[in-house]
Amino acid sequence: MKVLVPVKRVIDYNVKVRVKADGSGVDLANVKMSMNPFDEIAVEQAIRLKEAGQADEIVAVSIGVKQAQETLRTALAMGADRAILVIASDDVHKDIEPLAVAKILKAIVDEEQPGLVLCGKQAIDNDMNATGQMLSALMGWSQATFASEVTIEGDKAKVTREVDGGLQTIEVTMPTVVTVDLRLNEPRYASLPNIMKAKKKPLDEKTAEDYGVDVSNRLEIVKTVEPAERAAGIKVGSVDELVAKLKEVGAV
Amino acid sequence: MAVLLLAEIDGGELAQDATAKAISGAKALGDVTVLAVGASAKAAAEAAAKIDGVAKVLVAEDALYGHRLAEPVAVLIVSLAGDYSHIVAPATTDAKNIMPRVAALLDVMVLTDVTAVVDADTFERPIYAGNAIQTVKSKDATKVITFRTSTFGAAGEGGSAAVADVAAAANPGLSEWVEDAMAASDRPELTSAGVVVSGGRGVGSKVDFAIIETLADKLGAAVGASRAAVDSGYAPNDWQVGQTGKVVAPELYVAIGISGAIQHLAGMKDSKVIVAINKDEEAPILQVADYGLVADLFTAVPELIEKL
Repeated sequence: MKVLVPVKRVIDYNVKVRVKADGSGVDLANVKMSMNPFDEIAVEQAIRLKEAGQADEIVAVSIGVKQAQETLRTALAMGADRAILVIASDDVHKDIEPLAVAKILKAIVDEEQPGLVLCGKQAIDNDMNATGQMLSALMGWSQATFASEVTIEGDKAKVTREVDGGLQTIEVTMPTVVTVDLRLNEPRYASLPNIMKAKKKPLDEKTAEDYGVDVSNRLEIVKTVEPAERAAGIKVGSVDELVAKLKEVGAV
Repeated sequence: MAVLLLAEIDGGELAQDATAKAISGAKALGDVTVLAVGASAKAAAEAAAKIDGVAKVLVAEDALYGHRLAEPVAVLIVSLAGDYSHIVAPATTDAKNIMPRVAALLDVMVLTDVTAVVDADTFERPIYAGNAIQTVKSKDATKVITFRTSTFGAAGEGGSAAVADVAAAANPGLSEWVEDAMAASDRPELTSAGVVVSGGRGVGSKVDFAIIETLADKLGAAVGASRAAVDSGYAPNDWQVGQTGKVVAPELYVAIGISGAIQHLAGMKDSKVIVAINKDEEAPILQVADYGLVADLFTAVPELIEKL
């Protein structure tokens, strides 16, 4: 079985974002970018399936600007076999919407015929949590979102999902789209020799036009602003003072 | 304009708070028709009909909709979509699972975690873990939306909407429910609680997490946790507050032994009053706290419990 893993290049999760003063967006110039943390978990899961003899090839895909090839090289260094880069933008500030991403992924899935697509549950930049579900819908496949455990048995996958209130286990028909949650695994680090080897692995460059997908936005961004700032708080010196303050404002 | 709203239903019962908050968000958009879907949905439909602002309730009660698997529920919603300009739901895990599927089947984008309605086409939503608020104008014919419930007040009682049955749609037959492992809790539900007490890595162990629970019980609060506390096994996953867990905005949020990483703040910084107890005076949580106490939690929390 072939496994397809979509990965996204996003602002590094430790960076405190800066909203541009003119309201046009978040400043991404000269900011550290990395692989979306959920996508690392998806890549890791694909590699574990390969190590367990359940997957024979792992294809990593990224859609966006040319620099996303660094993200694909990271996936290759972790253990993906080859990569496809779909260039759909020449400006890092243009975020391709999940619907367009899902359509490009559908075209790639039609071509590559994977038995499983492993996605992150959400990207930490647009916080949409939609691409996996959308791809599954466009394919007419089953979906298993927010996975914390995945077991493949023949043409079915048993997936435990993190839902409000606890865990839910479902069984889905393969091929399927699984979106992974934080608790699924601990992603490995790429070793230096593997980073060197990854440079020689195949990376195909395509464009959105190659797949006949229009990547223009359905949601026009009117403005982007900073959230309202909280008024400065105070430090209290003791538990007594804390209790008094809370009583004063009616919080307890 | 007409709005179809997917009611949140849990084990045959209406999740009143989440549904009523989404109704608040939806009311500005037009007449609200609530859709109650489930293996057992009649009682939930009756409860939804009493919420103020609901024009009509549709019930799709069928074994097919037990546990509300995304594939059949999405097909049902799409079969009803023609009559509505907006298809909305509270941003619960259930709706986050279903609504993007609905949107793609309708060939429209989805607007997730919407925090404000500007007009029928224009909405606000937080991005980058809540560090920026984006206003977006949808060019799609049908708007598919999930509302972040923590930013809307719950619509009150007082409605008397008519309840009508709708037939089940086709079964795509792609998935089956196997089992649930739900955490039992007598405490208030995290996302609707008026007070939340959360513990982080600083608590140190699962055994010591009891101190957080004791304080919560004293305050009649729900218990939350940081990712570090969940990953270390001190608390179950569904207690996690943050960008990838639950988003809460209670009257009072007490953060104990939580440093205040960007991802945690994303889930609680809209709380009315934030209290932080941390022994590190440099901890970022103290920058958002209204009242910060720099102290060892193992002495401060028992003292706090005693003095409340």
